[in-house]
Amino acid sequence: MTATKTAIDCDVHPTVPSLKALLPHFDEYWRNSIAERGIPGFESNTYPPRAPISVRQDWKGKNGGGNAATDVTMLSAQVLDRLGAGQAILNCLYGAHLPYSEDMGVAVAKAVNNYIQKEWLDRDPRLRASIVVPTQNIEYAVDEVERMAADKRFVQIQLVTMQETPLGRRHWWPLFAAAVKHDLPIGIHPGSTYRQSMTSLGWPSYYVEDYVSYAQAFQSQLGSLICEGAFAKFPKLKVVLMESGVTWLPGFLWRLSKFWRGVRSEVPWVDRPPGEIVREHVRLTIQPFDAPDDPAITEQMADHLGSDDILLYASDFPHWQFDGDDALPRGLPESLKRKILVDNPLATYPRLREDAR
Amino acid sequence: MNIEVRQADVHSNSKLKIVDVDIHPKSSVEDLKPYLSQRWWDHLVTYGARQRQGYSKGFPYPKMQPMASRRDSWPPDGGLPASNLAFMKQQFLDAYPIEYAIMNPLSPTGQGDQNSDFSAAMAYAANEFQLEGWHNQDSRLLASVVVPFEDAEATKVEVKRRAGDKRFAHVLLKTRTNDLLGKKQYWPVYEAAIEAGLPIGIHVFGTSGRPASSTGWPSFYIEDMTEHASCCQAQVASLVLEGVFDRYPELKIVMIEAGFGWMPSLGWRMDKNWKKLKDEVPHLKKAPSEYMREHIWVSTQPMEETETPEHLLDTMKWIGFDKIMFSSDYPHWDFDDPFLALPPSLDEATRNKIFCENARSLYRLS
Amino acid sequence: MASHVVAAVDEIPPGRRKLVEVAGRNIVVFNLGGDFFALNNRCPHRGGSLAHGITTALVESTVPGEYRCSRAGEMVKCPWHGWEFDIRTGKSWCDPSRLRVRQYTVTVKEGRELVEGPYKAESFPVRVENNYVVVEA
Ligand code: FES
Repeated sequence: MTATKTAIDCDVHPTVPSLKALLPHFDEYWRNSIAERGIPGFESNTYPPRAPISVRQDWKGKNGGGNAATDVTMLSAQVLDRLGAGQAILNCLYGAHLPYSEDMGVAVAKAVNNYIQKEWLDRDPRLRASIVVPTQNIEYAVDEVERMAADKRFVQIQLVTMQETPLGRRHWWPLFAAAVKHDLPIGIHPGSTYRQSMTSLGWPSYYVEDYVSYAQAFQSQLGSLICEGAFAKFPKLKVVLMESGVTWLPGFLWRLSKFWRGVRSEVPWVDRPPGEIVREHVRLTIQPFDAPDDPAITEQMADHLGSDDILLYASDFPHWQFDGDDALPRGLPESLKRKILVDNPLATYPRLREDAR
Repeated sequence: MNIEVRQADVHSNSKLKIVDVDIHPKSSVEDLKPYLSQRWWDHLVTYGARQRQGYSKGFPYPKMQPMASRRDSWPPDGGLPASNLAFMKQQFLDAYPIEYAIMNPLSPTGQGDQNSDFSAAMAYAANEFQLEGWHNQDSRLLASVVVPFEDAEATKVEVKRRAGDKRFAHVLLKTRTNDLLGKKQYWPVYEAAIEAGLPIGIHVFGTSGRPASSTGWPSFYIEDMTEHASCCQAQVASLVLEGVFDRYPELKIVMIEAGFGWMPSLGWRMDKNWKKLKDEVPHLKKAPSEYMREHIWVSTQPMEETETPEHLLDTMKWIGFDKIMFSSDYPHWDFDDPFLALPPSLDEATRNKIFCENARSLYRLS
Repeated sequence: MASHVVAAVDEIPPGRRKLVEVAGRNIVVFNLGGDFFALNNRCPHRGGSLAHGITTALVESTVPGEYRCSRAGEMVKCPWHGWEFDIRTGKSWCDPSRLRVRQYTVTVKEGRELVEGPYKAESFPVRVENNYVVVEA
């Protein structure tokens, strides 16, 4: 067991068991359409359900049926009781970001949020969730934030990593305004809208390559958010990079900072070193921590990161990222553990500090 | 920022020799004319280069300095930076103890042009001019085999033509290709390089026509520059995971002008996921990072400058001091000065490896 | 420390600079609207020659999308990696508290004073009727 009663697991994935479970949360038109058009579901391809990293073997439930995270009792038992945490943030990865139709995107996002609210949050007071938004149209995404924000159990706005346009671009900014207004960090999670190929050079042959390539998209998004001035415009904006791999960050910042010193007049609102901006505005969930299982390297990487404030505890349940019951990489200094488990999540998510009920 | 005090390597230290694996002598289209057929010369002057980007001159991410060059690199008698051998000698080749410098021409070379026959004709001309215009004037300047890499057959022809010619150091590709370099369409390029006994150098830039990131077009030059690292990560992952190194165990790849701070994390990330997803890539016989260590060399520039000097050393150690080769990128603005670029704490033997021994053995230079 | 006569005032009109060698040091003298400033020519980053850099405005921004220019010509950009230095203070823009170019005191003196004083004007004759730039180094 990693954690303590007060720990907060910042990246947990409830699985929509089937389209049927979601149907009651669509309106009549979309219920009809789904039936009449024979739409089989909106699961994304990012985590093929049987791929060994999509569901950890020993989390597949009694019969190993592959439905690890489909119900609240099972998820809470594993994430909260077994790994040990007082609260968990649910990030539902169902594919609201995928339809090309803006209207269908809205319908799926709404259904997912309603479903999470009724079937998960209402059933376990220790659970919190991210708002899924239809990124096909930023105005609609803002509408969905406004609709859900009254429920304080929603603590974050969730986006996938690979979008049609980089997230710093200014047409995204109304969404950041809504985020700041409601004390919601922007959480970015691996996933693609499939508007671009999985790498900037095309489509890889293998799934393992797809998954590896998310780390590059995180770098692009972070570069965009910094260079476009999203943090200069919204001094209160917090961005959480979930399941990003973490260890790419120092090398990325060395490179960006080096160029920044020479060409910063192109983006004069970036008026301090990028690393400083990251330390103030950006947080990363700790699983996966892309490094060998070697305490010496973990320690080295923690040192390269240069801040005790930026890592947040996460199990990434039910994805495989580690074995056993300790979700923290070996070699983290003790003093850092408490911060990762409790203090940093609380500092990142203002709504966790409020009584939601 | 690295503010430790740097002492320049003593210039008079006659032992120090440098093999610089990335410099950019500049040629003009007129320089290439003697080596182009009438048909392709006419094409060039009539239609120009068509590089999968919107401008006929310049770039949608304009550089921050003219020709992306050091402002002090413009020859006093006129002409473009690094277009004048006498001045290049004075400012660079003779100012530092340069034993060899590898030329990686970026343009005009026809690489990545929409018209692949034109691309092939230009590559041939660029190679001829590297010999006539440069190497034959100063034998320290080694050429790259510029190839029309989007056309594997034409590439094979050009590499074959240069096989055995010691004046060429490697086969030159750019990082922004139409598709991932691990894909089968590029395998004949690797076969040809191995047959000719040449490493492959992959230099950043190129215009693939695809957005510079996997999440769409960034807005700024600073992002474009930063994205070269993500692009290289995608290329290295592709080469490893698609099985290129299993298929071609003799293949040697040099990543040029990409820095190297991104290497360790990429290796770790691939290893970790490969362990779980092995069954999808049964062609891999060992951990992805082992392929990286065996097959990938990096050039130093633009060298990462870390706040804490040890962080850079940690990174270099992981890559391996026998895989890191010095490059200056002369005459470009992000030039790394040979005397000042390397971390001062590196010992003599390691500096020697990076400055010359690694390149001498990779390129079989005597 | 000695005083060195490095140029006649009209040799460095406003907006121009002159590279001089003083006591074995390369020093670049800038004229900003009649005020003279002398900086060590060697960029503290990797040694680029500041005399070869462009001088330009200070670019600032209070909100993304805004580009505000002020103090035209008062920033020198290193010809290599483009770091900006404030000619008036020698401070770098990117890390002003830790990274700066060494500055030298400059004064303008009348030729009359120079003929008498303890000044070194190695390379040219001083005329009584002219004014001269003097660097302490
Ligand atoms: S040497 Fe002046 S900015 Fe690098």
